[in-house]
Amino acid sequence: MKNGMLKLAGLDLELFEDGGGAPLLFLHSARGLQQDQAFVDRLAKTRRVIVPSHPGFGHSGLPDWLDTPDDIAHIYLELMDRLGLAKADLAGITIGGWIAAEMATKAPERFRKIALVAPVGVKTGPVDKLDIPDVFAVPQERIDRWLYLDPAKHVTDTSRLSDDELTVMVRNRETFAMLVWEPWMHNPKLKHRLQRIAAPTLFVRGESDEIVSADYTERYARLVPNARVETIANAAHAVQAEQPDALAAKVLGFLDA
Amino acid sequence: MRAWHFTETAYPYLPPPETYESVRVSLPNRIYDPAKGAALYDRYIREWQIAEEEGVEIMMNEHHQTVTCVDPAAPLMMAAVARVTSKARILILGNPIANRRQPVRVAEEMAMIDILSHGRLEAGFVRGVPYELLPANSNPVRMNERHWEALDLIVKTWTHHDGPFSHEGRFFHYRAVNIWPRPWQQPHPPVWVSTTSASGARNVGAHGFVQATFLTGYEGTRSVYDSYRRGWREAGRGQDVPIDRLAYAALVYVSDSEQKAYDGADKLLWYLNANKVPRHFAAPPGYAGVPGTVAALKAAGQTTQGDHANFGRNMKVETAMERGLMFCGTPDQVHAQIKKFYDHVGGFGHLLIMGQAGFLEHDDTVHGIRMFAREVYPRLKEEYPGTLISGGDWEGRAGVQARGVAAEARGTPLG
Repeated sequence: MKNGMLKLAGLDLELFEDGGGAPLLFLHSARGLQQDQAFVDRLAKTRRVIVPSHPGFGHSGLPDWLDTPDDIAHIYLELMDRLGLAKADLAGITIGGWIAAEMATKAPERFRKIALVAPVGVKTGPVDKLDIPDVFAVPQERIDRWLYLDPAKHVTDTSRLSDDELTVMVRNRETFAMLVWEPWMHNPKLKHRLQRIAAPTLFVRGESDEIVSADYTERYARLVPNARVETIANAAHAVQAEQPDALAAKVLGFLDA
Repeated sequence: MRAWHFTETAYPYLPPPETYESVRVSLPNRIYDPAKGAALYDRYIREWQIAEEEGVEIMMNEHHQTVTCVDPAAPLMMAAVARVTSKARILILGNPIANRRQPVRVAEEMAMIDILSHGRLEAGFVRGVPYELLPANSNPVRMNERHWEALDLIVKTWTHHDGPFSHEGRFFHYRAVNIWPRPWQQPHPPVWVSTTSASGARNVGAHGFVQATFLTGYEGTRSVYDSYRRGWREAGRGQDVPIDRLAYAALVYVSDSEQKAYDGADKLLWYLNANKVPRHFAAPPGYAGVPGTVAALKAAGQTTQGDHANFGRNMKVETAMERGLMFCGTPDQVHAQIKKFYDHVGGFGHLLIMGQAGFLEHDDTVHGIRMFAREVYPRLKEEYPGTLISGGDWEGRAGVQARGVAAEARGTPLG
């Protein structure tokens, strides 16, 4: 995998690229690229995968004016200009899915097909119930069980991380909190803009995902003109970590069809 | 030295700790009995009045969704206290302006209290503890930036008298700021800022505001004051930092016998020992910053921190005294402890006394206030006038002296 820093929109953006073939812009999940690596590796077998670290994640800079996924969507449209990607496929997981949805409402003509894995970003449920549970108001053990059917297999042992890996982990969590804190996990405007999306869109979630529920995903998908929902068996929220093969097969099957 | 009586106005009537997750944020308020709460307000206000009668100043603070401090709108309590007192300075420490959406409203509240009290307001500002973020739904990232933008705007709001001005900042936007009333005190009420971090203190020093620090003990306090003094000097405020720029908050209980003092002090420790707060409330993402969180993770290894914030659940009087969190004993002992602490940290001009907490009942609280005010305070006022210089020749004599004091302090907690 190639990687480097790109000066863009007044910040230093960390950018990875792997594989070859038709271009696929991949937007990583809330926990960062490390969580998604196995899935990205599979995509790269048949695709040219372009993977930025979101501003404030990984080693990407965080300008002081930036505080929403919508801001990041603008930066990534500029990234596509810089890379000469007039039109590309787009995939995103959780907050990456949110950023992808924002991008597709702004420049619908630039996306051929879109895959959103356990995406957040809209509020469609009742005013007195969080659409997405408060992941910052529960013990870590509860989060681990939301993420994985088998936490013991996947939870990171932080004592084995290098200083740099630890810094990235903490930084990802901090930036994620900043982006989603208020309004909680959504942009109130986004659901009114999703009707602009032109590309065929696939929503995918783990069958046992209690963070991004089946109802939430159905309601989200109904706001997108040409969308369908699929599930991956034997997976909770972090479907890309638990079932990278099945998820890659599903996403590539959709993109290549 | 000036002394301030402080109570967090706790509601101490908790069910057994194993029946709840946290005393903060999530404890259901059905546990709160309004009649008992009203009686507590009555007595806490009475204790502030008694502090005033004894020549001690008044301090209060604000927390949210917690039994530890049932004063979620400290300006309201200040307004009430302003009208039942007449001499004491009234300090709020403070307004959590990184969590309040309307800094101009805060400036208005403070100006009103200054008028209601005929110029007795001391206006403090705090960043707020981590468990305040969820009640305020306040973003934990960039709090410091919000805090300083709000504080600068508040001071400008107090001092601008020529009709509306506009403010279009990073976090706050106003087109026409022109508050009525303006403050009684000119150019504005004294400003205090509390911080327990060295980097924060440097900025407070650069502004010349009063720096308060809470329960930071011997080494933490010295480090905060060092940073304050450095910030003060770097900003061109001169070499000399008067001690009245520096404040320290500790648990204090004075009685005529050592045993009685110990018993009272032990009850004050409720404040630390009842603070059952799970990690997800105590360490929200972003609050400690990336380097601070990484350092904490490395220190903790794989083990997660316990469910008691800051001090653990079994703090003892002896330990609290050794660490400089508590001054307790007979008047002579307490006087010696404060003097030792003063010398170690380079000098400070305000002692913020947590003289009531938990189940320290009214009579015992009043006894503690009176013993301090009559037997200790006169000596402190005489020995430490506010014009003394803090950490004046730190590299020389004071440094040597302080190292000696530190060694001594470890040996005899009772002083």
